[in-house]
Amino acid sequence: MRLGVLFSGGKDSTLALHYAAEKEEVVCLITIVSKNLESFMYHTPNIEVTSLQAEALGLPQLTKTTEGEKEKELLDLEDAISQAAEKFKIEGLVTGAIESVYQAERVQRICYRLGLWCFNPLWKHDQKALLEKLLEKQYEVIISGIFAYPLDEKWLGKQIDTKLINRLVNLQLKYGISPSGEGGEIETTVLDAPQFKKKIEILDSTIEARGNSGVFNIKRARLVPK
Amino acid sequence: MILIVDMNWKKDSIGFYEFVLPIAAVAQKLDNYFVRHYFDLTDEDLKECDRIILSGTALKDTATLSHLEKFRWLKETEKPVLGICAGMETLGMVFGARLVKCVEIGMTPITNITENPLLSGDYTAYSLHSYCVEASGIFEVWAQSKKCIQVMKHKNKKICGVLFHPEVRNPEILKRFITVF
Repeated sequence: MRLGVLFSGGKDSTLALHYAAEKEEVVCLITIVSKNLESFMYHTPNIEVTSLQAEALGLPQLTKTTEGEKEKELLDLEDAISQAAEKFKIEGLVTGAIESVYQAERVQRICYRLGLWCFNPLWKHDQKALLEKLLEKQYEVIISGIFAYPLDEKWLGKQIDTKLINRLVNLQLKYGISPSGEGGEIETTVLDAPQFKKKIEILDSTIEARGNSGVFNIKRARLVPK
Repeated sequence: MILIVDMNWKKDSIGFYEFVLPIAAVAQKLDNYFVRHYFDLTDEDLKECDRIILSGTALKDTATLSHLEKFRWLKETEKPVLGICAGMETLGMVFGARLVKCVEIGMTPITNITENPLLSGDYTAYSLHSYCVEASGIFEVWAQSKKCIQVMKHKNKKICGVLFHPEVRNPEILKRFITVF
């Protein structure tokens, strides 16, 4: 089955792609670039890096920019998926949804209207186990956004490793933060993954943070041999 | 021992992660379990288990409805069976109920019609179906949404169907099926 992956460049959509590619044929990435930094639907930090990730994956990428107004952004998403269906002949869509019924039901409805299959291979999986899966598969993932108390700028740019996973799990116990950031508490950027033919090297970056909200902006990056 | 039947359109599919593993995650906390794809079910599997859960599938996946001969065992088994979504549609058809087009996607208010051991009171649940089972003389209706039957039980057997996906927001239904039903 020819599948497109709704791809943000973060750990969840990259891991969902990984699972999908083991079972079916992934033929394109679909990326929504939201101008709304507080979008309910889409990951926003470092979305520009997805073009490098697509190159590293050797997959064509269809991008669409949305103003990010609630619900209107869904029309833009539907339009992008529809274009992918026409251009790349996809029969189904893959997302990295884990817990969010809000996101899952909206994408399911779009796929239903377009006559596409919809798959969420990370759905309801244990979040700590998913983070550990990234380490097991030798992903290189950094925290590129923080949006919840008590996270602060010290988290930005940090690579996900065992120590950081344990800290996230402790925050879950203490503050109810979703360790995988499913509630939008953190966003991530994947620099390397098993299916990448090259890895991403960051050449220039800045941190913009205020209180418990901030982003790690990748200003310049390039692909380098692994 | 719980048998989880993988109802996806093919064995070892991408749907396994989404529709089988979340059920297994609930089951493993309560009992031992094993998974079989419906194409591979054997008499030994059916003997070995104490109860059986039929998984749901992706919205477009209606493959089991074209392979009802693989589910003849439902008519003979005396063991408790819970069919989820495509599982409910399949067991409904095996016992002669009709399916009609009915789309519900997302959180859905559910009203209990009768007291039942799976869940009391009214609640909301995650729906993902494009068909529903029509009322028939074979099944009692236990709960419904505005559009259709959501929970039903065979009048003479310990076989019930849940059209929504309890593994998403109502895992207590799975727990009660495993521990009480």
